[in-house]
Order: sequence, then structure tokens, then C-alpha cells
Amino acid sequence: MTGTVAAIGAGLAVLGAGLGIGRIGGSAMDAIARQPEASGKIQTAMIIAAALIEGVALFGVVVGFLGL
Amino acid sequence: MDLITPDLGLLFWTGLVFVLLLFLLTKFAWKPILNMVNTREQKITEALELAEKTKAEMQQLAAQNEELLKEARATRDTMIKEAKSTADKMVEDAKSKAKEEAEKVIENARVSINAEKVAAVAELKAQMAAFSIEIAEKVVRENLSSDEKQKTLADKLVGEINLN
Amino acid sequence: MIGQNTIKSVLLAISVLLVSLVSFAETTHKKDELELEHEFDISGLIMHHIKDAHEIHLWGGAHDGVSIYLPIILLDNGTKVFSSSHLYHGEEMTAEDHATHETIHYTVGVGPAEGYALYHEKIYKLDNGELHFEDGHPHNAKPTSLSMTKNVIVLLIVALLVCWFAFSTAKYYKKNGAVAPKGIAKFIEPLVIFVRDDIAKDNIGEHKYMKYTPYLLTIFFFILTGNLLGLLPMLGANLTGNITITFFLAVCTLLATVFSGNKNYWKHIFATPGVPKPLLIIMMPIELVGILTKPFALMIRLFANMTAGHVIILAFVGIIFINKNIAWGALSVPMALFISVLEILVAFLQAYLFAMLSALFISAAVEEDHH
Repeated sequence: MTGTVAAIGAGLAVLGAGLGIGRIGGSAMDAIARQPEASGKIQTAMIIAAALIEGVALFGVVVGFLGL
Repeated sequence: MDLITPDLGLLFWTGLVFVLLLFLLTKFAWKPILNMVNTREQKITEALELAEKTKAEMQQLAAQNEELLKEARATRDTMIKEAKSTADKMVEDAKSKAKEEAEKVIENARVSINAEKVAAVAELKAQMAAFSIEIAEKVVRENLSSDEKQKTLADKLVGEINLN
Repeated sequence: MIGQNTIKSVLLAISVLLVSLVSFAETTHKKDELELEHEFDISGLIMHHIKDAHEIHLWGGAHDGVSIYLPIILLDNGTKVFSSSHLYHGEEMTAEDHATHETIHYTVGVGPAEGYALYHEKIYKLDNGELHFEDGHPHNAKPTSLSMTKNVIVLLIVALLVCWFAFSTAKYYKKNGAVAPKGIAKFIEPLVIFVRDDIAKDNIGEHKYMKYTPYLLTIFFFILTGNLLGLLPMLGANLTGNITITFFLAVCTLLATVFSGNKNYWKHIFATPGVPKPLLIIMMPIELVGILTKPFALMIRLFANMTAGHVIILAFVGIIFINKNIAWGALSVPMALFISVLEILVAFLQAYLFAMLSALFISAAVEEDHH
């Protein structure tokens, strides 16, 4: 039972992270389209931001681990 | 749960290994590597600067060469021009002098010829006169009695003679 | 740019190699599990893989397989050192859970391991010759263990690897002077310069970065090597996916931050400029907790990223054995391959992020007053 609840929680965390990373990716694309010469810097910033959001999502996964 | 509980034994080993690793790498790897990389970067910068400087110097030298060449060419041109004009002048001078000489000679010749001519004519006249008188004397001795008449006749005859 | 291309090509080569190895090894591993003809326990297998162990399991089943048994060092009334095989191949025991009344199997050590038992890779002291379970966990005392577990071995391998390539690079420069790098130095130098310029100098600033560059370099190469080694099969290493390791690294960053904090840094924590006095009572605890949450996030991020990667790869390969049909391989192998390639990116990314965020925290601590 705990496992199932943990799985649902992990799913929700992934949903949030997916939305967040999607937004970052979309904005980065916009920014690159607007300023192709700054694409390197934008990519770095994008990856960092995505990793930070992913980190938050992984907190969810860790809470899932707590139930195991 | 025990997946996210730190383990004391592993923590001990991690601490030991990591601190040793940090110490050894810092002392024997990162510092020498970073120093070398810095030195090399400096060397590259210096080499680039030197190259830039040399290039500028070379350019200056080339410009100087060009300048010198230009000057030399100009000097040569003027020299040639001068020589040419001198030569021309000399030729001209020589020509005019020669002409003058020639004219002088011709003039002299003409003058002397004229003088000779005049002298010759005078002499001729005198001789003619003498001849005429002689002739006339001879002729008139026979015909003329008086000297007066004879002379008048002779002058008249001489005057009639057109030598020209 | 040249450096980046080199990294790219090396990365590609490694990825191709690793992916083929990972998929192959995991598949063979799973086949043996299947032969046991038990219900295939995927979560048990995954948990076993990502947790620490007292043996390096090479291949085969639990009893007929080939393992390297690692030394166990216990501080329990003096130092006791013995091979873990005495625990793994000890006396089979069964016990009943006091709460759930389930039957639980465990092994009790024999020979030099007498008086100890191993249950789920944890060593317990025996009480009246047996373990007492409640809610699936033994309630016996645990002796202080400094055992050379699988992760300690992998830790040593990582340390030796990092030492090897760092020292060879240093030796190359020592021998040849400040010239363009060749061989191993050609691979290491761009990374060193990347850490120095893009991580240390960009974040900490022109004047103070030199002091922290060695720490950042060590942490970067340690995590990177650990991450990449974790993708190797056979060894089954999950070093950077182990909470103890990431905990220690995060503590290092925490200490580096706290001890390099200048007056300005502490002023911002205890008396944030521009905040009214009454609000400071609320702000101060928040800022103090903030000191801890940053490294805590570092710890969790690295641990969860690496562990999640291992779990996903194993889960994809496990599909074949859950369904007991090789045809599922057509789905699971390409997916596992894709995740493996992604994991190589993650290996670099997490090493970069850990070093980057460490540099960011340190830079906040050493930043001069700009107001």
C-alpha cells in the first residue's frame, strides 16, 4: 500500500518537474531564436535550471524511497 | 529507509580517502598542472605579442625600403634628366658655335674676296688705263697731236669699258 | 572549442562502449535470476544493486555464483577482521516477525564470524543466537563496522583512477615543460581548464578563485569518475548514488562555505540589510536553515540522480524477466540503451552541477559588500 502511494507521489513529482523543465526548454528555444549568438550561454543556464528543477522532483523520488 | 541513512563505516572510509585524495591531488597534481597551464598561457600571450611586434616592425621596414627605393628612383630620374639636358646643351652650344665660326669664316672670306676684287678691279682699271694709254698712245701717236686730246679720249674710252 | 570537441568525441566513444557492456551484463545477470524459478522480484533486485554490500557479486545465483568476498572489520570489544564469506555462507536461520508474523530467512555467521548475523547487508549482533524481527527489521544491536564494503572498494578504485590520471598529467608537464598536452594530459587538461575558468573563475571571481580551484577540481573529478564507474557492469558500483558519499561531499562544501564566510556573508545571515528589525527575528532562522538546505539539496540531488538512473536502467531490463518473454527485449533493450546514454550525460552534468553549485555557495560566502 505504501509502495502504491509512493508511486503516485513520484508520478506527481514527475508531472511537476516535466511541466517545469518543459517551460524552461520552451523559453530557452524562444531565447535562442531571438538571439542565436547567445545560444551557448542560454544552453548552460537552461541545463542548470533544468537540473535544479529535476533536483526538486528527485526529492519526491526520495520520499518514495522512504516508504520502501 | 536505510537507503537514505548514512552508514558510519562507509563515512569513515570516505572521509579518509577523500581528505587524502584532496591533499595529494592539490599538492602533486592540481597545483603543478595549473601552474604549467598558466605558464603556457603566459608564454602564448607573450609569443603572440612578440609576433605582433615583429609584424609591425617588418611593416615599418618594408615601408622604409619602399621609401628608400622611391627616393633612389627619383634621384636617378633627376640625374638622367640633368645629364640629358647637359648633353643637349653641349650639343646645342657646339652646333651654334660651329655655325658662328662658319659664318665668320664665310664673312671673312667674303670681305677679303670683295677687297681683293676691288683691288683687282682697281689694278685692272689702272692697268687697263695704262694699257689703254699705251695702246692709245700707240694708236693716237699716229693720230693725235696733242697730249690733251689724247687724255680726254682715253678717259672716255676707259669709262665706256664696263667691267662688270 | 577544441576542448569541447575532444570531450564530445571521447564521450561518444565511452558511451558506445559502456552502453553495449551495460546492456549485455545486465541481461546475463537477470537470466540467472530467472533460473531460480521463483517469482521474479524486481524491486528486490534493484534494491540489492543500488545498496552497499559486503561482497562484489560477479555472476551467478546467490549460492552457486562467483563473488569476491570483502573483509569485514568490526569494532566490538576489540577489532575483529574476517572475510564476509563466513557471513554469506553461514548457518541458514528462519525467524518469525513479532508484528506481522511473516517467516524471514537470514544467515548467521560461522567460524570467525560467530555471534553475528547478516540481514539485508547489515551486520547485527546475535541475541541468544538469533535475530528478533519486528515490522521486517531486526531489533538487535549493531556493532561498529568499518568493513571494506563494495562501496569502499569502488571508492578506492575511484581514488586510484583520479590519482592515476591527475598524476600522469602532472608528470607529463613536469617532463615536457609548458607545452601543448598529449596523451592523457590532452583529455584531462580541457576539463581542468573548464573547471578553473567556467566553474571557479566565473562564479567565485578573479581574485579568490585560485584558493578553491583545487577543491572544486577534486570534487569534480571524484564525482565524474564515480558516476562513470557506476555505469560499468560487473562491479555493480553505485558510489555516487550512495547517500553516505554524497553526504560527505555535501558536508565538505558546507564546511568550505562556512569557514570561508567573511563578515559580509554573516551580516547577510544575522542582519540582512534593508530588512526591518522585527522581521529579522523570522529571517534569521530561515537564513540559518538556508545554510544547511543548500548542501542538503546537493546531497539529495546527486544521490537521487544517480540512484534513479540505475533504477531506471535495471527496471527496463527487468521488463523481460517480469514478463518472462525474450520478445520484450525489443522494447526494453533500446529503452535501457537510451537511458544509459542519457546517464552518461547525467554523469557529466551532475559532476558539473555539484562543482558549480559548490562554487556558487563559496562565492556567496566570500563576496565583498557591494552596497
